[in-house]
Amino acid sequence: MLERARRAFLTGRTKPLEYRIRQLKSLQRFLVERKTEIATALNKDLHKSEHGIPLFETLSLEGEISLTVNKLAEWAAPRPVEKNLLTISDQVYIQPEPLGVVLVIGAWNYPWAVTIQPLIGAIAAGNAAVVKPSEVSMHTAKIMEDLLPLYLDKEMYPVVTGGVLETQELLKQRFDHIFYTGNSTVGKLVMEAASHHLTPVTLELGGKSPCYIDSSCDLTIACRRIAWGKFSNCGQTCIAPDYVLCNPAIQDRVVEEIRKAVKEFYTDDPKSCTDYGRIINQRHFKRVKAMMEDSLVAFGGENDESQNYIAPTVLKDVKPEAKVMQEEIFGPILPIITVSSVDEAIIFINEREKPLALYIFSPDTKLIKRMIAETSSGGVLANDCLVQYSVSSLPFGGVGNSGMGAYHGKYGFDQLSHLRSCLVKSLSMEVANKIRYPPHTAKKVGWARFFIYRQVNLGRLGKLVLLPLLALIAAIALQVNPFSDSRENSYNAESDNS
Amino acid sequence: MDGQQAVIDRLRASFRSGISLPEQFRLGQLKALLTLVTDNEQQILEALQKDLAKPKFEAILSEVDMVINELSYTISHLKSWMAPEYVEKNLATKLDDCFVRREPLGVVLIIGAWNYPFQLILLPLIGTIAAGNCAIVKPSEISVTTGKLLADLIPKYLSQECYAVICGGIEETKKLLENRFDHIFYTGSQAVGRSVLQAAAVHLTPVTLELGGKCPCLMYGKLDIQAAAKRLVWAKFFNAGQSCVAPDYVLCNRQTCEALVPALRQALEAFYGQRPRECDDMGRIVSQKHCARLVSLLERSTGKVVIGGETDKEEKYIAPTVLVDVKETDALMEEEIFGPILPIISIDTLADAISFVNAREKPLALYVFSDESKVVHTVLEQTSSGGFCSNDGIVHMCLPGLPFGGVGNSGMGSYHGRWGFETFSHRRACMLRGWGLERVNVLRYPPYTESNLGWLRWATGARRQGWGCSVM
Repeated sequence: MLERARRAFLTGRTKPLEYRIRQLKSLQRFLVERKTEIATALNKDLHKSEHGIPLFETLSLEGEISLTVNKLAEWAAPRPVEKNLLTISDQVYIQPEPLGVVLVIGAWNYPWAVTIQPLIGAIAAGNAAVVKPSEVSMHTAKIMEDLLPLYLDKEMYPVVTGGVLETQELLKQRFDHIFYTGNSTVGKLVMEAASHHLTPVTLELGGKSPCYIDSSCDLTIACRRIAWGKFSNCGQTCIAPDYVLCNPAIQDRVVEEIRKAVKEFYTDDPKSCTDYGRIINQRHFKRVKAMMEDSLVAFGGENDESQNYIAPTVLKDVKPEAKVMQEEIFGPILPIITVSSVDEAIIFINEREKPLALYIFSPDTKLIKRMIAETSSGGVLANDCLVQYSVSSLPFGGVGNSGMGAYHGKYGFDQLSHLRSCLVKSLSMEVANKIRYPPHTAKKVGWARFFIYRQVNLGRLGKLVLLPLLALIAAIALQVNPFSDSRENSYNAESDNS
Repeated sequence: MDGQQAVIDRLRASFRSGISLPEQFRLGQLKALLTLVTDNEQQILEALQKDLAKPKFEAILSEVDMVINELSYTISHLKSWMAPEYVEKNLATKLDDCFVRREPLGVVLIIGAWNYPFQLILLPLIGTIAAGNCAIVKPSEISVTTGKLLADLIPKYLSQECYAVICGGIEETKKLLENRFDHIFYTGSQAVGRSVLQAAAVHLTPVTLELGGKCPCLMYGKLDIQAAAKRLVWAKFFNAGQSCVAPDYVLCNRQTCEALVPALRQALEAFYGQRPRECDDMGRIVSQKHCARLVSLLERSTGKVVIGGETDKEEKYIAPTVLVDVKETDALMEEEIFGPILPIISIDTLADAISFVNAREKPLALYVFSDESKVVHTVLEQTSSGGFCSNDGIVHMCLPGLPFGGVGNSGMGSYHGRWGFETFSHRRACMLRGWGLERVNVLRYPPYTESNLGWLRWATGARRQGWGCSVM
């Protein structure tokens, strides 16, 4: 099946932009026409609500497709670059090209968003792609497997389902790029497998995204936004605010405001609220539940194993050694760690791996800029949560343990393309080239240095004027007859005056 | 290795302290590097002469000047590269600050190669410094003299807190790779490239691999043979063929081949005289081992030597050599030649030549010589390679506006100019929102309703407009 995709790619039919746009528009139709099937599957997998789904999954895909279709001609066009004097009559540009066959490995938390968005980039860049949705969100995987081939060129974009073993088999094959969304442990395995074939990878991983709340901010608004960011999809978001850092003096207010927001969103009984999700499976349920064990529950904590239900929970006075601080939570538990100052918060953050997102809530722009300057993370969002994901002109990706590479919008296109440097010269203007040929003379070195290493803004110089000028200068530099080489002027080390 | 660990720890501590971040510091270091080069040009040329018998002209053009040019370019553009890049916003984010910040990664490891031992260390180092990182530099142990010189000079001119040179061979490099870096930049062979990538995977370290391959040179259609021959000879025999972007082999039809050989002979004589061995402008092979490798390839080849063919293992000399009637399965077609040996394979049609190229791994560079624009563009469109140059060789590397890097087996990532700066930076997406418009935000909060969704869809115009959708 990989072979078929490769053969399909080699036919060259992904090259024309019309083909790519057709595929993308078809994908768009799929999202609209199959809305119900998608929703049903998502509900079964993650208890996602009917209106919650477009909000978090499909709306962003539709926007991405729209943007891509609109901009594709611009992104795929040759990109001219600056020249130097010797290449002034040449064409110098960067040509984006497809890589070949891309492997997209999706995740289960936003199975549509994180599996299809890379696919959009892959299609736009002219690649073939093997799509491997996560088996954990199995209903969605089935829909992808059954329905995508009805809309997309099924040879070019096959969908492969399966578990760990199938993925391992896939990873032994040779791809031209592997795009993986998931956790760091598997990320390392993906990169290791890729190394055998010298395959480049994009890894969208995770980490513990810190959320700093400055004492002087509007806590009601801040906590509402944080609660939304945290408890959407039951906390199973790679850029969910993982834990809160704030001054002990405001801790109780923070707890109270979050409690209020949770009630506004999910009523007094989140368990019966259709807008509140579930943990994906039992294994994760147990993992997340265990995290509450050694910390103080400020509110929440209710859980029901039969439904993989964990209530929106806030832990207070959490210690750095607590269970909940040892790994990415990926669940509806929000620990609050108190710090006495911004300095302490920055130190705390920098002692840990670089996260995928950093959240800062403060009315003070200076403080925000300081935190940005003194920390590192995939991205930063001040005074809100999650929304940086949806700005397609911003690259979405991690750094350090949170990942490598980025996508969304043009970044996705570039990430899955090869940006090929092109210098298109003619065989004329040979006179100017003589400067660099042996036999080497001191004079030639001087001129070569002049011509090769001056950057030129072509806009201000008329090409037509420059060409004969160039030839004239070259002829003078080489003295008298530009069409003969003289070996009498051999390069002499002693007379080096370059 | 304790010594290595101590160095890495020191560099990491320096990075954490933030000293490599300010623009002034970076500029200062880059200027110091410029002084290093200009103060010691003679010594550098001598070291290159010792390691590779590199002709002074070549050393200046391809080593010293490339570094100076990259430094000047970087110094003059650094401010603009470091500035935050404000990005296009959509209706819903009009009141927000959205920008991309280029930030340093931390401690970078740069592993150099022996063929251009000076610039292959310094060009990545320039990008690394410009991006605000600290770095460990590991010059190739094969170009011994240049390596020692770098180890000697770098600590004298650059901040010892931020940059260190570690010399050593395979064992030391393996040990070094066990450590955690924030980026690894490697120039060299595919085999070692794989090991580097494997070592990097353990720590999730991003890498840039500048590898090699066999760079094909196609000559089809109408052609000014004399001009083409000159450029081909220049590109091929520069540094005695030991360039990762040297045209490795030629593909052309029989008639072209027949016209090409005398043109090549003429060009070679014009450049290196009748006795290239005695010509100062002709380089040498870097080591006896590599010379023996090339001699063996020549011996095993079933092609016909039409120019050159003389070798002298003692002197590490191989004459500029051209072979014809080379078969696809020839010894010379097994691996990257990396020497002054040019096989010509006769393939009748352009289409067949393109198939020949595409049946092989993607090379670092691909060359086409032709006066016909159609030929050039056909090859460009139907092949893939790191870089492409028509009617010349190597020079596409000298344009700092062009990214220099491979694809597939020839490498991943790129550098030179701004591309180097970007390679060693993290592009951090930053979004600063305000406190107002909470009423608009309400649209996205649960309880989720059809009408809220409707308003959001309208506000973002997801399907009508070409803007990035903002759901919020």
